[in-house]
Amino acid sequence: MTNNYVGKRVKRTEDPRLIRGLAHYVDDVALPGTLHVSFVRSIYAHARITNVDTSAALAAPGVVAVYTGHDVAKIGAVPCASALPDLKVPDHRVLASDKVYFVGHPIAAVVATDRYAARDAVDLVMVDYEELPVVTDVEQAAAGGPVIHESFGDNIAYKLTTGEGDIDAAFAAADRTVKQRILHNRLAPIAMEPRGVLARYFPGEEELTMWSSTQIPHLMRTQVALMIGIPENKLRVITPEVGGGFGSKLNVYAEEALLGWISMQLGKPVKWIETRRENMLATIHGRGQVGDIEVAFKNDGTLTGLRYSVFADLGAYHQLLTPAIPTLTGLMLSGAYKIPAIQMNITGCFTNKMATDAYRGAGRPEATYVVERALDLVAAELGADPAEVRRKNFPAPSEFPFHTATGLDYDSGDYEAALNKAQEIAGYAQLREEQKQGRQEGRLMGIGVSTYVEICALGPSQAMPAGGWESATVRIEPTGKVTVLTGASPHGQGQETSFAQIAADELGVDINDITVIHGDTGVVQYGIGTFGSRATAVGGTAVFVAIQKLKEKAQKIAAHMLKADASRVSFEGGKYSLEAAAAASAATGTSEPVVPVGEAPAGALPEPQTEGKSSLTIQDIALAAHLAKELPPDTEPGLSATYFFEPKNFTFPFGTHIAVVEIDHETGDIKFLRYVAVDDCGRVINPMLVDGQVHGGIVQSIGQAMYEEVVYDEQGQLVTGTLMDYAVPRAKHIPNFELDRTETPSPVNPLGVKGVGEAGTIGATPAIVGAIVDALAPFGVRHLDMPIKPENVWRIINHG
Amino acid sequence: MKKAINLSVNGVSRTDEVEPRMLLVHYLRDVLELTGTHVGCETSLCGACTVMLDGQAVKSCTLFAVQADGSAVTTIEGLAENGKLHPVQEGFWEKHGLQCGYCTPGMIVTAAQLLERNAAPSREEICHGLDGNLCRCTGYQHIIEAVEYAAKKAGQS
Repeated sequence: MTNNYVGKRVKRTEDPRLIRGLAHYVDDVALPGTLHVSFVRSIYAHARITNVDTSAALAAPGVVAVYTGHDVAKIGAVPCASALPDLKVPDHRVLASDKVYFVGHPIAAVVATDRYAARDAVDLVMVDYEELPVVTDVEQAAAGGPVIHESFGDNIAYKLTTGEGDIDAAFAAADRTVKQRILHNRLAPIAMEPRGVLARYFPGEEELTMWSSTQIPHLMRTQVALMIGIPENKLRVITPEVGGGFGSKLNVYAEEALLGWISMQLGKPVKWIETRRENMLATIHGRGQVGDIEVAFKNDGTLTGLRYSVFADLGAYHQLLTPAIPTLTGLMLSGAYKIPAIQMNITGCFTNKMATDAYRGAGRPEATYVVERALDLVAAELGADPAEVRRKNFPAPSEFPFHTATGLDYDSGDYEAALNKAQEIAGYAQLREEQKQGRQEGRLMGIGVSTYVEICALGPSQAMPAGGWESATVRIEPTGKVTVLTGASPHGQGQETSFAQIAADELGVDINDITVIHGDTGVVQYGIGTFGSRATAVGGTAVFVAIQKLKEKAQKIAAHMLKADASRVSFEGGKYSLEAAAAASAATGTSEPVVPVGEAPAGALPEPQTEGKSSLTIQDIALAAHLAKELPPDTEPGLSATYFFEPKNFTFPFGTHIAVVEIDHETGDIKFLRYVAVDDCGRVINPMLVDGQVHGGIVQSIGQAMYEEVVYDEQGQLVTGTLMDYAVPRAKHIPNFELDRTETPSPVNPLGVKGVGEAGTIGATPAIVGAIVDALAPFGVRHLDMPIKPENVWRIINHG
Repeated sequence: MKKAINLSVNGVSRTDEVEPRMLLVHYLRDVLELTGTHVGCETSLCGACTVMLDGQAVKSCTLFAVQADGSAVTTIEGLAENGKLHPVQEGFWEKHGLQCGYCTPGMIVTAAQLLERNAAPSREEICHGLDGNLCRCTGYQHIIEAVEYAAKKAGQS
């Protein structure tokens, strides 16, 4: 294979349509006669519904139908795919009929001829409520606050203890222990494109097509088909352009099933586009844990035990993976360290709030955060440098695969190499010196270090609720154009480019000859989707292996056409040749993706001419395979291959982030002086895309650490219901990132890829919080909960 | 009661009858089928709907179409000239200034207008100029680099 593309900074093939405003997101798909849906949502966090009067709404201009909970009782429950022992699963109907459990809970769907009329009529639906006591605090919910789902008797959805090793003995024998209560603020994912669904039912063909802004088109098809009772192969789900997900679209929502069902009732296309306010209220939130971390360690800094007991705020209902998220925290509690005994105690609780579920990192940022905070506390107890305490507890590269007391086997790693590189780039020793000097002058400068490891490439099917493999079909068309169908469903990550890079190199063709198709269940074989930093490591591997299968067949055809034994034919640079030397003339050079132009000359299929040739391009062979006049006996015509890749393990990317901040005495304002990130995501397909993933993730961490929190008041009203109240970082909030990498290939897949989509949200928060806490160390501060705002800092400086 | 409006959009004269409460963004998207302008928050906080109205970058989700009567509007679809990308579009492609692409049209229009006012902005001035536009994917660094690239490129031509 020639590396013309893989490993290089190739510009994205998806960009020309996006930068010219010509791409299509769900709301950009216009079908004639489309009706618009708007939802009546609960204004109370917990109440009985005593009456829903739709008569005024039905009489309003343009209104076609209004559906209430009783009308849609036959639609199946919103699914929860998590299977945990003794898990309580509430019956999550698509519309509330008797009780509402959170503000934003959908009660009725109004269908009208345009979106303005639908929205107007929502206000005409009269809902009578009888208010009930509300519980929003997770610890109060656990301790016996008002019971949300009466039949369960309490608010505890599940309790689970995980981990290996003798935790009690570890604490009993420890030289020292340290304990800290830690809060993980509830966050809103805020994909810039809110959710949206367009559904069109053809009553004659009995076919339903749904355009939905989702990360999991195939899983959604299966679940929605079951919910609304349409055969799965009569439902086609298309994800056109998807404007970000971050886990919030790794779900199956009530609105998706309702839109499909309504289109079937009315025989017309129906569209619902979520407003931002709805997105804050009724799209899943992330994080939302509070608990105690305890560490046992020796006087020399060696860790001997770690216990984390946590209350997980699940919200009012389970969405697809709600209860599973805290269990991912449990898996990653060993961090990048050798810890002989680990225990996690989870109490998952219902509260009168929107469900929590997967938000970028999904349980793993929580793990990294508590472990890294714990390491800082150990360092503070010992008066040691936080980087050195970390270094002391790393497993050596020779210890991989490294078994953790959480039951995982880390694939590969050199944690010290990443730490060393980050310290070198940051000038760590000098920074510490500068900090020491500065403190004497009254400067509040802090340095935070995070040496994280994450679990990616989700994952082996045994550990996944709905299959952890990914699929690919690679096909060379008669004209030599290459079509790649991937079951992954990228929504910004750039796999149209990175998968084309893999295919271009493996097939020796120009990148502009490749089209990567995804997100259409009518076209693409079944797939799992894009989440959990899995698309390249699992889906990219499927592409890679499918190409090897395709090339095996092409080799046989090539040998037949060249009238030689297959063993004498070699493939190099896109050509099958009788002698390896012939490859020297093969296609090389890297062409950049181009802006497609409207005019194109008419083309014609070339006549396959093989007589007397000593080499054939793979595109020549594709044409011959389709014409099928010159194939070896018993060879199927056509040239395509499909592969479903099942990973044998997860992958474990890692790295070191170092944040340096300075705090303004007068205002408490926190300013970044430096931000250094050395990430190791295994082999890199496109360094530019990897940098983009790391930047974006770190900025979401900055958001969590310093700005973002979903706030409900005691009545369960969402206080942070708009982007005015919920602070998403803006350009002025970011430091100038200094990125670098180490590259430790993963042995789990033939590409050696580990995944990078969530690294920034996992590795960065502890570095940022560590830096702020370090800056405030002169005030005796050892921990602060997120988001750390200037006000909190100012109070510490001024009032201690 | 519908009201007649006359305006120029991407250099093309338009005359339409619209409801007085129709938002400019819905007029552009639903009536003119220029769907490159996106709606991200309906409250003028995210900037996905940014267009140029008589040379000023404005949030089209909080303007009525009737307020644009008599004006010249430029949307993302109108930035490239004769099939040649605007330097800002080129910069976004070159520097990987976009991921999901949803904020991108608003971001590009804002950046184009920023460069019209200040041909060689500092990093700080770029960040200030983009303060009304949210991006959740890129972490902004590549967007800033894209604008710097465009400034340099435009300065050369």
